[in-house]
Amino acid sequence: MKKLAGLLLVVLVGAGAVWAQGALLINGAGASFPYPIYSKWFGEYHKKFSNLEINYQSVGSGAGIRQITEGTVDFGASDGPMNDDQLKAYSDKHGSGILHFPTVLGAAVPTYNIPGLTAELNFTPEALAGIFLGRITKWNDPAIASANKGVSLPAADIVVVHRADGSGTTYIWTDYLSKVSPDWKSKVGTNTSVNWPVGLGGKGNEGVTGQIKNTPNSVGYVELIYAVQNKVPYGTVKNSSGAFIKADLASVTAAAAGAAKSMPDDFRVSITDAPGKTAYPISSFTWLLIPSKFTDTAKRDALKGFIKWAITDGQAYAEDLSYAKLPKEVVAKELKAIDKIQ
Amino acid sequence: MAVTVTTVPGPVSGSRTFISKLREGDEIARIITFVFAASVVLVTLLLVFELWHGSALPRHKFGLHFFATSVWSPNEGEFGALPFIYGTLVTAFISLAIAVPLGIGAAIFLAELAPQNISDTLQFFIDLLAAVPSVIYGLFGVFIIVPLMREYIEPFLKATLGFLPIFQGPSYGIGFLTAGLVLVIMVIPYIVSVSREVLLSVPRDQREAALALGSTHWESTWNVVVPFARTGIMGSIFLALARALGETMAVTMVIGNTPTISASLFSPGYSIAAVIANEFSEATGDLYLQSLIELGLVLFILTFILNGLARILIIVTAQRGSEMGRT
Repeated sequence: MKKLAGLLLVVLVGAGAVWAQGALLINGAGASFPYPIYSKWFGEYHKKFSNLEINYQSVGSGAGIRQITEGTVDFGASDGPMNDDQLKAYSDKHGSGILHFPTVLGAAVPTYNIPGLTAELNFTPEALAGIFLGRITKWNDPAIASANKGVSLPAADIVVVHRADGSGTTYIWTDYLSKVSPDWKSKVGTNTSVNWPVGLGGKGNEGVTGQIKNTPNSVGYVELIYAVQNKVPYGTVKNSSGAFIKADLASVTAAAAGAAKSMPDDFRVSITDAPGKTAYPISSFTWLLIPSKFTDTAKRDALKGFIKWAITDGQAYAEDLSYAKLPKEVVAKELKAIDKIQ
Repeated sequence: MAVTVTTVPGPVSGSRTFISKLREGDEIARIITFVFAASVVLVTLLLVFELWHGSALPRHKFGLHFFATSVWSPNEGEFGALPFIYGTLVTAFISLAIAVPLGIGAAIFLAELAPQNISDTLQFFIDLLAAVPSVIYGLFGVFIIVPLMREYIEPFLKATLGFLPIFQGPSYGIGFLTAGLVLVIMVIPYIVSVSREVLLSVPRDQREAALALGSTHWESTWNVVVPFARTGIMGSIFLALARALGETMAVTMVIGNTPTISASLFSPGYSIAAVIANEFSEATGDLYLQSLIELGLVLFILTFILNGLARILIIVTAQRGSEMGRT
């Protein structure tokens, strides 16, 4: 009891001291995919430390990278890591670097609409790459049928649907296809929006889903959380160990754990097609982009505290919002990396 | 100061000093309204400057080639505006081709033939249509027009007019034609509202003169009232065109968002406004971003040219109208 009272006193005095300095406001901008969990985190963290307020504009990964580079926000957030050119642009301007901190995980899932078909479809990497390259044009193509024995697939033309707006989901999807198909890598590549060989574009997850629901014999991809929350049916994907895995929170975290061993120190890693028997292959981290040098030490310390909390205690909020949690190995590594923020 | 006073046109004599004018408010009102008017010009100039300045990279890299290439590949750093220009023009043209006869017909009925109370009631609904946000029209397109197009209209067009290249190819339900049809619903209120007002403002003597010369009601409407209102009706059409060119949300929901140039109206396409809205927030890299800004410039130029043509057309028809009146 005495201990508790002592602790309370410390907290109160501490809070009082900070309050006396006035509230601290930190601005961030970037990816819209993690926005629900980020706003939950900022809200909860504000309840703990009422003097600290974090504002976040969910303007998209590209805009997040632009804004942190221009120095208009204190931190950025992105679904794809910054590439070397972007990092160079930042260090040329600010004389310091950007550190990447994975916060939660997301995944993209293949969804489809074949009239009369109720069975769950299995997709091999070859089938997905073939369909999206426009080489596999019929549903009963051997590349699809061989992975779906016992399912009667129609001889109908496949209608491909993809995201029309630039998005982190497209980044994950094309990153995966680039890894499993050399042709995709050389012809299309990885980006938030690409030059699609075939298909129709839908705006947002809801646009893609709507288009697929509306178009018989269509196939597309949506963000896992969207599929789960809206009960959109989706298929399994064959991972690098040869198992067909249906995406869920556990299999996405497993992909991150599989990639943790080979995790580079800057955390800029793609975990699509990750090793691991239960790993879902089309998974990805989403990152906070934190400058390595702050001139405002109060902001620096507050952000360091927040990141530490988000990747430890904050992870408890992830699954309620359908985000996959970071695996322990990654959290341990990140906790060490926080000290690099100066 | 004195010079300013003497240059001010007006009924007042020069004996009043600038100060006294200020006190009475004339000069203040003049300055304030002048600033307001100038701000419109300033905003336009600033807009052009920003678009021009912000698209320096692709303008230097691609030059006029930007208007002639149809590849849009962020990964390879290749950007061409042609499919977007094509999609914008085709959808706008389809919408006007249908909306103009429909809208003018409706306006003639409302202004000339319908009883006052029916005309006013219908006008209320038309004004309501104009106030509906475009996303609603987009949803209406996705859930009603798209399935209808795929299941009935496109197969019907293929069966009857399938020999025309514009009605060939697979029907997805989305594409140029669907986008054009959604735009029809969106621009019709503009044409009807403005045309009706213009028709109603045609002087009564014109009608009476025509009737006195033995015209039927329809002859007086078609041969006298409509030509009299021609300039205003033309204006309503160009208002509709401006909306069709710039519409973003409803178009992106039904056009298919694929940068293709195809003779078939069933084919999915893309418009300038839609691609800017879709890709701007996630565009990484200066060239990509600036290419999107240049697309904005292209849309601005396109609107400018079409508006210029509209002005010329209005002047020409007005002249011809007055010549006809003299002979």
